[in-house]
Parts: sequence; C-alpha cells; structure tokens
Amino acid sequence: MASQTAHQTDWDSVRLHVVTGKGGTGKTTVAAALALALASSGKCVLLCEVEGRQGIAQLFDVPPLPYQERRIASGPANGGDVYALAIDAESALLEYLAMYYHLGRAGKALDRFGVIDFATTIAPGVRDVLLTGKVYEAAHRNKRSKNARHYDAIVLDAPPTGRIARFLNVNHELAGLAKVGPIRSQADTVTTLLQSPRTAVHLVTVLEDMPVQETADGIEALQAAKLPVGGVIVNMVRREELDETARDQAIRGKLPRKLIEEDLARAWVEPTKTLVDGLLSEAREHAERRALEDEQRTYVGELDVPTYELPRLSDGIDLGGLYELAADLCEQGMA
Amino acid sequence: MSKTIRPSARIGPLAAKPDTTVQLDVDALLDDPGTNIIVCCGSGGVGKTTTSAALALRAAERGRKVVVLTIDPARRLAQSMGIEVLDNTPRPVPGVHQAAEGSLDAMMLDMKRTFDEVVQSQATPEKASQILANPFYQALSSSFAGTQEYMAMEKLGQLRKDALKTGRWDLIIVDTPPSRSALDFLDAPERLSNFLDGRFIKVMMAPARGPARLLSAGLSMVTNALTKILGAQVLKDMQTFVAAFDTLFGGFRQRATKTFEVLQATETAFLVLAAPEPDALREAAYFVERLKEERMPLAGLIVNRASRVPMGTLSGDQAMAAAENLSTTYDADGSSGITAGLLRLHADRVRIMARESRLRQRFTAAHPDVPTAVIPALSTDVHDLDGLRLIGELLAG
Repeated sequence: MASQTAHQTDWDSVRLHVVTGKGGTGKTTVAAALALALASSGKCVLLCEVEGRQGIAQLFDVPPLPYQERRIASGPANGGDVYALAIDAESALLEYLAMYYHLGRAGKALDRFGVIDFATTIAPGVRDVLLTGKVYEAAHRNKRSKNARHYDAIVLDAPPTGRIARFLNVNHELAGLAKVGPIRSQADTVTTLLQSPRTAVHLVTVLEDMPVQETADGIEALQAAKLPVGGVIVNMVRREELDETARDQAIRGKLPRKLIEEDLARAWVEPTKTLVDGLLSEAREHAERRALEDEQRTYVGELDVPTYELPRLSDGIDLGGLYELAADLCEQGMA
Repeated sequence: MSKTIRPSARIGPLAAKPDTTVQLDVDALLDDPGTNIIVCCGSGGVGKTTTSAALALRAAERGRKVVVLTIDPARRLAQSMGIEVLDNTPRPVPGVHQAAEGSLDAMMLDMKRTFDEVVQSQATPEKASQILANPFYQALSSSFAGTQEYMAMEKLGQLRKDALKTGRWDLIIVDTPPSRSALDFLDAPERLSNFLDGRFIKVMMAPARGPARLLSAGLSMVTNALTKILGAQVLKDMQTFVAAFDTLFGGFRQRATKTFEVLQATETAFLVLAAPEPDALREAAYFVERLKEERMPLAGLIVNRASRVPMGTLSGDQAMAAAENLSTTYDADGSSGITAGLLRLHADRVRIMARESRLRQRFTAAHPDVPTAVIPALSTDVHDLDGLRLIGELLAG
C-alpha cells in the first residue's frame, strides 16, 4: 500500500509500545488510542493489559476479556485490526508449564498445593516475569509461527509510572533470588527484548505538578534500568479558548466587561449581572489553571523526549472519542 | 393509550437539580472521640495521600492528637510536613496551630524496615539475623506485591498499640498504598496468612524437617516441578527461609487477624475516595460493597477534584450557539473573540459538570445511603499546610 510506505512515524522501528502513567492520567485510554492509531493502514495490533482491571473491555464496551486474544475494533482508515488480551499471571504460568514442561496435569496438581498461588502472588518478581513473558511471546511470533496470529505492533497497558521500572526490570527483581535456573533464563530473554530499540516505554501525564514530577522520576528510573524511553503523552489538555492577552486580563480582573455585555446582547443572550460575573470568574479560574499548566509544560519540554498532546474531551471517553484521539496521535507522528 | 409528553429540555445547569445524596459531616467524624482510626482508600491518583494529610491537619487543629501514616507522599508535601526522611518514626509536623491543644505527628511507611522490625521483635537475635540475611526474605520484604499493604496494616497495629499504651495519640489516620485495585490492602494480610497456613508451606517444610519418607508422590512431584521452574538454589533459599520463619508464622497470623478485627470495630471509619471519573467511581462502588460484606464501618465517600458548578443559568447549548453566532457574525470585532471564548469555556464547564453529576448520580442510585462530601478542584496544586487547610475547609463544607 502506498500510504504505508509514505507514512513515516517517530517510532517506525518499535514493535512493543509500553504505555505507563500515574493513576488518573488516562493511561489505558492513551494505550487504546495508540493501538487504534497503529492499526491504520491494515496493520494488526495487539493491546494487552496486565493488572486485572478489565480497563480495555470497559473502554471498548465489550464483555470482560479472557486469557485469549479477541478482536475488539478495526483501525481507522483502511481498517486494520485491534485485538485485545487480558494477561493474568496464573493463566500465563499454566500456559508456560504446558508449553515448556508439558506439565498439563501436573499444573493442576501444583494448583492444588497452592504452588500457583505462591508463584504468582508471593514469590517476589515471578509474577512480573510471567506477565512480561507472555507479552514477549506475543511479540516474538513471526509470520511462520504455527497457529498463532502475527502482530505488527503490540501495545501494553502497563502498571503505573511509580512501579514501571521495577515491573519491566524483571532481571533485577530476580537477581537476588534466582541466580541460575529456568525462571532466570526466561527473565534474561525477556529483558533482551525490553532493553532493545524494538521497545519504547511511553509515559502519560497531565499538566499537573505531581504527575509531571512522577514522569520525570519515571524517566530517570527507566534510564537507570537501561530501558528505552519513548515519548511523553500529555493528556487531557484544555483547549485554548482565550489568548494570552485575554488570560492575563482575566487574572488581573481587567477583561472589558462593557464590551462583553454588548457582545452578549448582540448574540441574543441577556447580559445579567450573575451571568457576566460568572463568565468572568470562570475565565479567571481557567487562566490561573492555564498558567500552572504552562509552567508544567515547560518542565515537560525540558525532559528532552518527544512529546504529544491529547485534548480533554468534555463529554468523557467513548469509542468515537478514542478514534479522535487516535487521529490526533497519527497527526502528531506518534503512529 | 395516552401519549405522555416529555418535558422539554431542561434550561440551566444540571446542578440546579436538588441533591439527594446524604452529606458527609467530616467535622463530626473528626471530633467524635469514638473515632480512633480513619482509613482512606480508593484507586490510584484520586488524592488519597493529600486528603489523608488534610484530614489529619484539620483534626489536629480541632483538638485531636493525631498521627498520620502516609505511604508515598509527593516530595514537596513530605517536605512541608517535615517527613522527607524515611525513618519509619512519627515526627511532629511543624506549623500546626496549637489553639485547640491538639497535635499532629506524621510518618512515611518504610515497608522493608517495618518487616525487619517485626522479624527482630519476634525472633531470637540469631534467628533474626539468619532470616534477614536470607535472599528469599530480602526479595520478599522489598518487592512482594502485597508487602506494602501488609506492612501498612502491621504499622497501623503498632501505632494503635503505642497510642493505647502512651496516650500520645487518640486518632490514627492511614493512607493506603497505591495498589492496582483499592481492595488489595484488605486482601493482602489474608493472602499472606492463607499462604502461611497453606499446604504449600508444608511442601516446603517437608524436606527441611528431614525424613524423606514423609514425602508423598504428590509432594515430590511438586518439589520437582518447582525445581524445574525456579531452580534448585531458589528452592533451597526458600526452604531455609521457611524453616527459620516457622516459629514466627503464628505471631504473623495472629496480628493479621487482630488488625482485621480492629478494622471491623466501631472505633474505625473508612473513607472511600474517588475522582468524578467512571473508573474511580467504579472502584469506589466495589469498595463500598466489599466493606459491607466484611462488616467494616464505612463513614462515607469523598469525591475529589470535582468541577465547580458553573454560575448563571445559561445552558451549554445556548452558550455554544451564542459563541457560534458571535464568531460568524462579528468576526472582525476585537472583543467578540474574547466573548466567544468565554461562552465556549462556559459551555465546556456545563458539559463536564453534567457528565460528573450523571456519574455521581449513578453511584448514589446504587448506594443511596452512603454519605458524600465533594472537594472541588483547586486551580492550584497543594504542597504546604495552607493548601491542606484549604482542602480541610472544603471537605467540611
């Protein structure tokens, strides 16, 4: 397809997109929008979640996802496919045992002895190896793989920024524990992919103090763990309804009240005192918030990674909204 | 069949609709001498830490002797509360108003240290150092997904014991860890205690206790499988750990049960936090139901960062229409750009407000008896005591 070759993006060489972000910044939404964006031009994309929240199902308004790849949406323009998968450590472990050790029945026995529970919840680090291991398996299929779907890209809705480096740095987690052994070599293999240029860890933030600070800390932690930092996606950006001069006037209480009243009257709105007072104080709050956001935007700029912005949708996120956000990401060259 | 005529579209903001939710009286809760523990829970990013700190400050300035256990405060907030040093000890917060003769201590949870201290207080010195040096213990105490939750509850138990003994505090406010789900901290102690009780431990203990004849075929298969997956070294570390830890299990289980009972007592009050977003409110609903199931005392819901009610009665559609009208008809005019902008801002706010109150109404419909307090979004960030005071005032309504 012509569009495929002409379409240059910032992350053409990346196969695995990991999306993280502080709680409440919309990380799942951004991961979903990115998956849709990547699925344009007939590509096949897998969107994974690992936290058992069923966030993807809720976002796409489909029944809860099983441990099985399900097609949940078509990409925009020339529709590709978006598949989704909810990875849970228990199923991943049983699958792993069956695949590598042919422990079909023994796997069940392990469950009875509480071993599965132990390995997936108590044993430090094992859970993360299993979760990332499944992502690795999906990423490593190729067109020759038997009975398995090949994906052009994989998007992982990962744990929050505060835990991301630890989650991806499975090797380090296990270091004190398993110095040798199969689980260790599994961790090593996964780490090779995660640290390669075929992976990018994107961070979602909003223009507020704490999330931006956490993003900066997250980038530092990722770099320290030699994990490839991708872009920063600034989510829920307010539209610029007033220019800088007007915002400045709004903060100082100097907006031209009389002219505004005249305008309202011309637009057939009665300029009552309550209404005009309300509009002016709303403008002031907006301008104050914007001033803080601009400050945070400067910090984001100093992070020295590619940044993308997504608007705040005042009606909330639905499927239509996701496509809008996906289009925004495409336009900005993220996909 | 009679045809019902639907009322025409409502004019004015949705908030004008009478609010049917029961108001949460925060001050009454804080002032009640029968409230000894307040647990703030909710999904990540809803402002648990800041709200806990604000509640603690307000209670202290109203005369309570408060200690607040925070999990992972933002750096600047921690600095302003004088707890940026992570030493697992409550310290007085500087700058608290003393007029009502209350006090405020704060601390930040250090989970590894809390775990170490528990081991040291429960085991003989030789055994303790043996456990602390075990690689499996080291990994478990610093990274097990539930350790933070478990240790938060452990620390709560310790603080309560201290409070009863010394009378230094009469109110403990606990922030909960930023778990993947708000329910994790309730489940973690039980999960750990189930694990300690479980058959798995017996599998682990069997070889350490000696005679191989005790190993049934099933057990040896399990040990073999574990060796295959984890490797022999890990298994050996685990066995040493379990053997050394053996005598401590009882104490752990006992304390976990005790903390669970304290959480069910009337001296405790749970506050569930949410942002006016579908995910956060859904988590809050799960949590409310879960607390009921466990017979834990829910004091109410706090909706944080709610949008402010738009002023005036101009509807969103009217504002958009007027803005459109201005920008198409009077484009050349200098001020109409501003006015159109103001109208669009207003329309946006009305829409967001309508969406949020729809979400909250849904919650209320399902849980009509849960008292609710709403904290409006501030246009500035909070990182000092004045900011916390402001939040406290907004909470009290």
